[in-house]
Amino acid sequence: MELVLATAIGVMTGCGVWLILRPRTYQVIVGLSLLSYAVNLFIFGVGGVKTNVPPILVDGVPNSTLADPVPQALVLTAIVIGFATTALFLVVLLASRGLTGTDHVDGRNEPK
Amino acid sequence: MLPSWVAGATALLSLLIIAAFYPSVTNGGVLRFEGTWLPQLGLNFTLRMDGFAWLFSMLIAGIGFLVVVYARYYMSEDDPVPRFFSFLLAFMGAMLGIVISGNVILLSVFWELTSIFSFLLISYWHNNAAARDGARMALTITGIGGFCLLIGLLLLGNIVGSYDLDKILVAGDVIRGHSLYVPALVFILLGALTKSAQFPFHFWLPNAMAAPTPVSAFLHSATMVKAGVFLLVRFWPALSGTYEWFYLVGLAGIITLVLGAYFAMFQQDLKGLLAYSTISHLGLITTLLSLGSPLATVAAIFHMVNHATFKASLFMAAGIIDHETGTRDMRRLSGLFRYLPITGTLAMVASAAMAGVPLLNGFLSKEMFFAEAVETHADSILDRILPYVATLASAFSVAYSLRFIHTVFFGPPPTDLPKPKPHEPPRWMRSPIELLVVACLIVGIIPAVSIGPFLHTAVVSVLGADTPQYSLSIWHGVNLPLIMSAIALVGGTLLYLSLRKYLATCEDGPPILRNLKGQRIFERILVEVSWRWARTLERRFGTRNLQPQLRWVVATGFLAGLLPLYLSGFETREIAFSGIDPAFAAIWLLGICLAFGTAYLAKYHRLAALVMLGGVGLIVCITFVWLSAPDLAITQLLVEIVTTVLILLGLRWLPKRTEGLVEAISLRARFRRFRDLALAVVCGIGMSFIAYAVMTMPVPDAIANYFLENAYSQGGGRNVVNVILVDFRGFDTLGEIAVLGVVALTVFALLRRFRPADDSMDLPEQQRIQNSFDEDRPERSAGDTVRDYLLVPSVIMTWLFPVIITFAVYIFMRGHDMPGGGFSAGLTLSIAFLLQYLAGGTRWAEDRLRILPLRWMGAGILTASATGIGAWFFGYPFLTSHFQYVELPLIGKMPAATALLFDLGVFSLVVGSTVLILVALAHQSIRINRLRAIDAARTEEG
Repeated sequence: MELVLATAIGVMTGCGVWLILRPRTYQVIVGLSLLSYAVNLFIFGVGGVKTNVPPILVDGVPNSTLADPVPQALVLTAIVIGFATTALFLVVLLASRGLTGTDHVDGRNEPK
Repeated sequence: MLPSWVAGATALLSLLIIAAFYPSVTNGGVLRFEGTWLPQLGLNFTLRMDGFAWLFSMLIAGIGFLVVVYARYYMSEDDPVPRFFSFLLAFMGAMLGIVISGNVILLSVFWELTSIFSFLLISYWHNNAAARDGARMALTITGIGGFCLLIGLLLLGNIVGSYDLDKILVAGDVIRGHSLYVPALVFILLGALTKSAQFPFHFWLPNAMAAPTPVSAFLHSATMVKAGVFLLVRFWPALSGTYEWFYLVGLAGIITLVLGAYFAMFQQDLKGLLAYSTISHLGLITTLLSLGSPLATVAAIFHMVNHATFKASLFMAAGIIDHETGTRDMRRLSGLFRYLPITGTLAMVASAAMAGVPLLNGFLSKEMFFAEAVETHADSILDRILPYVATLASAFSVAYSLRFIHTVFFGPPPTDLPKPKPHEPPRWMRSPIELLVVACLIVGIIPAVSIGPFLHTAVVSVLGADTPQYSLSIWHGVNLPLIMSAIALVGGTLLYLSLRKYLATCEDGPPILRNLKGQRIFERILVEVSWRWARTLERRFGTRNLQPQLRWVVATGFLAGLLPLYLSGFETREIAFSGIDPAFAAIWLLGICLAFGTAYLAKYHRLAALVMLGGVGLIVCITFVWLSAPDLAITQLLVEIVTTVLILLGLRWLPKRTEGLVEAISLRARFRRFRDLALAVVCGIGMSFIAYAVMTMPVPDAIANYFLENAYSQGGGRNVVNVILVDFRGFDTLGEIAVLGVVALTVFALLRRFRPADDSMDLPEQQRIQNSFDEDRPERSAGDTVRDYLLVPSVIMTWLFPVIITFAVYIFMRGHDMPGGGFSAGLTLSIAFLLQYLAGGTRWAEDRLRILPLRWMGAGILTASATGIGAWFFGYPFLTSHFQYVELPLIGKMPAATALLFDLGVFSLVVGSTVLILVALAHQSIRINRLRAIDAARTEEG
């Protein structure tokens, strides 16, 4: 499981990094989304990989077997904030495109 | 003139209060006040008044009062007088603060405040460019000095282990023996020397003379510039007595003493002469303090008081001359004695004191200075030349004092005065000068009776057991100091007589050196540092392009991650490998393909890339389910839906991009791509490695157990993640929803002025095709196809509305015990609204539904905050939650925690923000019609 997850995180990071270094705003926004998946999974993975033990208290089940709730709480926050930043970036991207007429990240096609 | 009365009364009252403290500070008594400020950092609002502080406070409040009286008549009715007096009082408060601070950090705060008020007072006539420049220069120099002082004081506090002044003053031996002594000394001296305008920082003071004269009299001769030497005296017990002290302080002092006096002789501006004379006298005090002998310190304290009295009165006299004649240029002034006999007499006495003529206070302290100069302290060249240098500087000061009086008051009547008929000023404008001059005389004639006891009190508080025997009398017999005084008086007079002709017409400033202006050097340096260097740095390392910036960020991030791994030798500590589930591996194989696909297609096939991105999101979501994180899975799924719709709405406004058949790629672009690819690959591999290492490490016994054990007993919920969010870390969540709200408002604001690029103004291609299909067929009218598009799904979506709302309520209610909660419920409800927009279009949806997202947001943040504040009323900290079970009819036992109320706030805000963002974006398609209409109207007009 860890091996699969680690590979997946690596691939998503690589694709994300490649995309945020591209010149088109759309590529950057998609890249940021991929990166945030990777980061969320990474933070989540810090708590250890456990199956079928959600951090929901059930009488008779010892607490120590449950999954770590702290990274989960962090990632939950991160998902919502990630949504907010994506929305903001999307609108900035559109405004920049409307103002400059291009979808290049610098607002002009040829670098000065 | 109410402001002047208020200011005068305040100054007088503080003078009386300070005077009343006298009995408590005699014989080394110390008055302390301690108020807690930041006790955990060792910072307290400690005030401390000993004899020296008392003497200085009297000086500040006393001269402050006189200056207010003087300024009452000096300032014109047209000036904004309230501002002037409030700054003056504020300065007085800050200055008193420096003097009576019992904590060195507090002292530094007041120190900065005096710099700021000095800036504001110098630039009081801010229409005058010279005032602005002078103010800025003074602030820059004293501000840098203040910063150095703070560093020095922090070092000092570090050495002693306390910022309390009393503790520092008794730790002199520890400080001098410490390895940090020299840096601390250098930084503190930088602060003191800049403030007291000592060489090489002296040049700000003459430029500060653009201030109104009462300010010059108060700040720039009597008090603020004395703060530097005050500090030297204050820390004299702790810092002095070493070679470093002697050389640094002595060198600055001696150079300033001579140069200041020399420059003063050649000034044409009355205030310029007085400013350089002030610099020189401050140099004298500094020199005395450098010697490290107790007697010299007595002389220094005595001279501070004397200088304040005669220099303040001279400044006021110069102000009267300026006020009455309209000029301060000594080439134009002459023979004023016949018009201003009383002022003239007062000025003569004061400048005689400045020159060190017997029977006046200046003479006494100057004699003490000479006596100390003759003594050998630290055998060195500096020490051996001191008597000669002292006599020379004294001769200079006789020359410029003589010049001041002779040029202005004697000789033929003036011919070209801007105000031709000068006369004596109002009685009360002159009275402060009278008072000060009388003080000069009294102290000069009967020193032991008048100033003696007070001086003794001050000296004892600084020197303690080292207080030397000294006698304050005019006649000590014919000794070396007296002979030196005589030489200086005769030599100075001869010097003036020989230079008279030259001085009557020469330019401002001494010959040759007048071209070497500290001011110009300062400005050069400023331009060099703040303009040229900054420009060069920007040219070398700056870029306005995003890609190189991001590349640097990513590369730095990679290296920052690599370094600790490299240092630990790339070891993964323990293997807790839990096998590979083939199904899990299979879905991630798909996920990896989708991620690659997204990266590959994002340039030319945006929609396909978006679909693939959604696929990756879905697989992340499945992973969360698989790995025991149901809450995350729910939230991820819902956010995925909303994000996808959002980006879909945005795609409409992006330019069309089609893949060319043959694309000529330059070599540079190829290289750039290769470099980015390499960066992406190493980052990916690195991340995989770290992730694998982290996940296979045994999880330490972290805070997880605390939350697992206390979630139910303290938070009253079984879903630990939700309890953490709304209870344990409720404050973080409050911040988070605030961020969400801010983002939504920003999006809303940005889109209000949104104007798409010209090539996106037309109808989308698909709509055009659909419309032309309609137009070609007679039985259809335009817009039918668009209306009927996805008819069946849209009916289902409409019907789903109540179902989804119920589902949202369900998710919300179970949140505390089961996966769910405010976030996911809020997203669910906004998806319900969103589907209505999708089903019927914006117009249709808004005809039937009135969602007021701003109200939802407001209600949400208010509910969440009110829940938090509610805890205060029961005496608990912000956001403390309370819970109990309530018996409800029909439903039964229900957990009711105040955290649920907080979650309701989260829910409401999430709904409002999400809907606001989506609707604002959706509205652009309607707004564009209006924009088109406006454009069409414009074209017709044009």
